[in-house]
Amino acid sequence: MIKALELKNINKKFNETVALDNIHLEINDGEFFSLLGPSGSGKTTCLKVIGGFEQPDSGNVSLFNENVTDIPPFKRNVNTVFQDYALFPHMNVEENVCYSLKIKKIPKIEQESQVEEILSTVKLKGYEKRKPSELSGGQRQRVALARSLINKPKILLLDEPLGALDLKLREQMQIELKNLQRQFQITFIYVTHDQQEALSMSDRIAIFNDGKIEQVDTPDNIYKNPKTAFVADFIGTTSLVSKQLAAELFNYNSAFSIRPENIKINNEQDSKSEFNAKVVVTDIQFQGSYYKILCKANDLTLTALHYVDTQNTFKINLGDNLELSWDKIDITNIND
Amino acid sequence: MTSALENFSNYLYRNKHILLLLFLLPPLLWLGIIYLGSLIVFLFHSLFYLDGFTGKVVYKISLSTIIELFSSPANIDILIRTVMLASVVSLGAAIIGFPIAYYMAKYTTPKIKVFFYLAIMLPLWSSYLVRVYSWKLILAKEGIISWFLAKLHLTWLLEAILALPVIGGPSLSISYLGMFLVFTYIWLPFMILPIQASLERVPNSLINASYDLGATKRQTFYKVILPLALPGIAAGSIFTFSLTLGDYIIPYIIGTSKFFIGQAVYTHQGTAGNIPLAAAFSLVPIAVMAVYIYFAKKLGAFNAL
Repeated sequence: MIKALELKNINKKFNETVALDNIHLEINDGEFFSLLGPSGSGKTTCLKVIGGFEQPDSGNVSLFNENVTDIPPFKRNVNTVFQDYALFPHMNVEENVCYSLKIKKIPKIEQESQVEEILSTVKLKGYEKRKPSELSGGQRQRVALARSLINKPKILLLDEPLGALDLKLREQMQIELKNLQRQFQITFIYVTHDQQEALSMSDRIAIFNDGKIEQVDTPDNIYKNPKTAFVADFIGTTSLVSKQLAAELFNYNSAFSIRPENIKINNEQDSKSEFNAKVVVTDIQFQGSYYKILCKANDLTLTALHYVDTQNTFKINLGDNLELSWDKIDITNIND
Repeated sequence: MTSALENFSNYLYRNKHILLLLFLLPPLLWLGIIYLGSLIVFLFHSLFYLDGFTGKVVYKISLSTIIELFSSPANIDILIRTVMLASVVSLGAAIIGFPIAYYMAKYTTPKIKVFFYLAIMLPLWSSYLVRVYSWKLILAKEGIISWFLAKLHLTWLLEAILALPVIGGPSLSISYLGMFLVFTYIWLPFMILPIQASLERVPNSLINASYDLGATKRQTFYKVILPLALPGIAAGSIFTFSLTLGDYIIPYIIGTSKFFIGQAVYTHQGTAGNIPLAAAFSLVPIAVMAVYIYFAKKLGAFNAL
């Protein structure tokens, strides 16, 4: 497999704040790779280091096995879609998209045909003469994509590109982005704080926390086998049980995480499961097709899901005593 | 029980436009009668003329004063000289002001930015006359510039510059070059601040996007930064241009005996008693500025204020 990007021992400090702490990362050619983490975790700084907008204090950045650490952004074969789109406000759609071709002094006729082609790819034909201020958020997003893709970059960097869009549009753009990536067969490095977005689009995800990478894996593995408490908690909903509690309550020798969908709510005694806990319901949250049930037993807090349909009419009330159970196969040991 | 006053107050609450009118009436009267009124009366005088024999103003509508203004080569000289100087001063202020504004907008920490604001505004808080006279001393033949250049054995350079036609003169304090320096210095804050404000509104991501798309620093400057700062430059030049057009103190203190519009207005309405011609002269900056502002508005200058 061809390595599109390799980060080695990247460190970056802003004054006293550590933004990137010894980052190692390898991304394969053609991958849809997400950098996921809460704000301030270093994911955007990492993207800027890849794009060349931030110089790392130490470490190496290689693109396709070529060291580019000291090469300025305009000489790197990567393009960035910025968080605020960064469309030039004094140029219309066509001029924005054409910007890099003009810089490269590509012949006029070729410019025109390339612009036409890319604008039809992102479904923006007929908008050539509009100014960015006359476009909707989704359309601006497409212009930004077209402006980057027209360069046929080997790697496209996307910095929370869907952050400013509303939910429906975001879901639609997720599908379009994925399609564009398949169509152009280029590497996408995608920064987001939205775990749903990262899980649904990525081939692999790197989870950032406090300037460090906690885990790099496929979405499936990250969800099912989180390596750290942070990852388990950050991705989806989970209940974390500390090592001490696990030993006390379940006679189990490691801290673990259990997903709510794997917790069974028993009406009657069911002793087939390996883990059983008697709890009190502390909160009930309606989620549409199910209820999220928050439970407590002394220091233990658990989240379970309760589906109500015609077969299952069992009603749970606040303050009810419940018996929860789950199987050993469904828990994930984590480093506490 | 409601008193008449409360009723009136309730009435005003429901009829906001009447309340607004009450608030606006004093400033509108001030603006309309005292400010615009006197201006219109003065400009109206440009339609009267001076009786050449008695030296008294004839209050009859006629274009003869305006025709006199534009038919005298000496007057045309004054107009051209003033407009040229105002243009050169605006250009000079933009060239000097831009890097300062750019540094302020893009590279300073908040603390240093406050220092820059103070440094730029501070001269505006001291007397204009004092500053112009200080420059007279700085530029004088025995002044600090001559002294300093003499120490560097560069007196020949100063003499060569002063020997240049048009901009030169017997000393820096009696030359167009000196006037240019003083005008540029005096109006510089009015150029820096709008440019800085317009650059402040250019997000760094636009500059990064330009680099990202393959543009060098130079290309980015000409294709992205300068066009987006243009409204600020236009706004700043409205100040520098109009202030230079109307000023008569700097040409009196620094400069040659050749007149500028401000001086012409001053002498015609004062010693010469030719108020119609003075009024006609002051029409010119207004007309020039109207045209200038029209084009500046097209560049978006008013979005940068």
